[in-house]
Amino acid sequence: MAQYAVLIFERETGEDLPPEVLEAHGQLGDRIAELGGRIVAGMALEPSGTATAIRGDLVTDGPFVETKEALAGVFVIEARDLDHALALAKLTPIVSGGVEVRPLIGFEQPA
Amino acid sequence: MTVDAGQVERAVADAHRREWAYVLATTVRVTRDIDAAEEAVQDAYVQALETWSRDGVPDKPGAWLTTVARRRALNMLRSRQTLERKLPLLITPEAEDSTMPTDAIPDDRLRLVFTCCHPALAREAQIPLTLRLVCGVSTPDIAQAFLVPEATMAARITRAKKKIAAARIPYVVPSSADLPARLDTVLTVIHLLYASGHTAYSGGELVRDEMTERALDLARMLRSLLPADGEVAGLLALLLVLHARRATRTDANGRLLRLEEQDRSRWDRALIAEADRLLVWSLKAGSPGRFTIQAAIAALHAQARSYEETDWPQILRLYGALLRVWPSPVVTLNRAVAVSMVDGPEAALGLVAELEADGRLAGYRYLFATKADLLRRLGRDTEAVVAFRQALALTDNEVEQGFLTDRIRALPDG
Repeated sequence: MAQYAVLIFERETGEDLPPEVLEAHGQLGDRIAELGGRIVAGMALEPSGTATAIRGDLVTDGPFVETKEALAGVFVIEARDLDHALALAKLTPIVSGGVEVRPLIGFEQPA
Repeated sequence: MTVDAGQVERAVADAHRREWAYVLATTVRVTRDIDAAEEAVQDAYVQALETWSRDGVPDKPGAWLTTVARRRALNMLRSRQTLERKLPLLITPEAEDSTMPTDAIPDDRLRLVFTCCHPALAREAQIPLTLRLVCGVSTPDIAQAFLVPEATMAARITRAKKKIAAARIPYVVPSSADLPARLDTVLTVIHLLYASGHTAYSGGELVRDEMTERALDLARMLRSLLPADGEVAGLLALLLVLHARRATRTDANGRLLRLEEQDRSRWDRALIAEADRLLVWSLKAGSPGRFTIQAAIAALHAQARSYEETDWPQILRLYGALLRVWPSPVVTLNRAVAVSMVDGPEAALGLVAELEADGRLAGYRYLFATKADLLRRLGRDTEAVVAFRQALALTDNEVEQGFLTDRIRALPDG
């Protein structure tokens, strides 16, 4: 099994996540387990308006990269391969945005 | 024993063309490392030239090459084992537990094709990677075909190979649930490869034979590996019809000829007949996809004895079907041409105007070339010249530039 980070990007509307999306997040671990994967870790971020960026000595208000869809959360999954990881990441509840799947360095087990 | 040197060279070249995919795909499964396998297979071909010159060409060159390549790859990996590996090995079903689908088709060449055309790779990487790994075309040749510097193409291929390893794109044929979508990507790559050779992006030559031949080889290989798939048959049929007409696309001076100007007696009837047989089979298989429908349209054109005798109402119906399975502005444009032959240029011009307003084809030269031709047929020459000039500004291909310039000159206002 290898580990992948799933980065969630959402358009920020200033409103809370709808209850059905929150509920789907709560069930995500079980659904991923049903498909033979596992959530290793996860975190949800406060809106990008609360972010502070540091470049060298310069401290600025806001996220490091301004994008239409902002980074809203990250979780790490265990999957057999990229196809499996993509199938698991597709289960992520999304309102208006998407996810990015990135392999993590150095976690693959020797075959 | 002495063997004719030319004969051996031909045998090696032939084995390169026919067996490369098989030899590499089988070796990759042993090494689970694309670079090591590629190096070993290249070495095997070099050794073939030497050994076959001495001992004669073996009965089964593919099997001989595979044995030698595998042995070399294993030696290479053994000597490398002390070094720390930079990249993880490919994921193969053998290396995994039994959760892998068992209905996947276990031909190594298919695994290789699906890996090269994985949707997680950029299109600009899928095509060169397929050419390099499945067809064995050298990186400098691929760079030349796509008009990019060799270093750029080498970097593109290397980056793609690294992603396959680092992101663990599996070396498998997709499960049956994913197969249709994944196969569509493979067919698109092969079709684009043919198209890139058919109308070379720029430069003086309209047909880049090497690329069209390779695309045809790939389509034939896929047909032999997935004989039950209608769209695979459809793609092969489509390429066969295009190939049957290739000699008449330009005149002796390299000038581009329109379908109505082409000498139909020079079309390759054997290829068209082969395409027809595939089409009949594919259409019988039911629910034809976009490649099968495009092939049916191309075949109708190929069967007509003259442009005027083309079965335009049937072609229009097929474009309607194509638009349903593949809603795309390019299909809408091609359908407009069929509309012009059934309902007249005025009706078609309305459709082209809608497409122009839509904006998605703003950089598409055939939109303006089509519009220009419709205007010409309506006798609106001044407007036709303007549209031809717009099309001209959008092509780098010398043959197409010459074609459009000629068409402008033929108009009184040009």
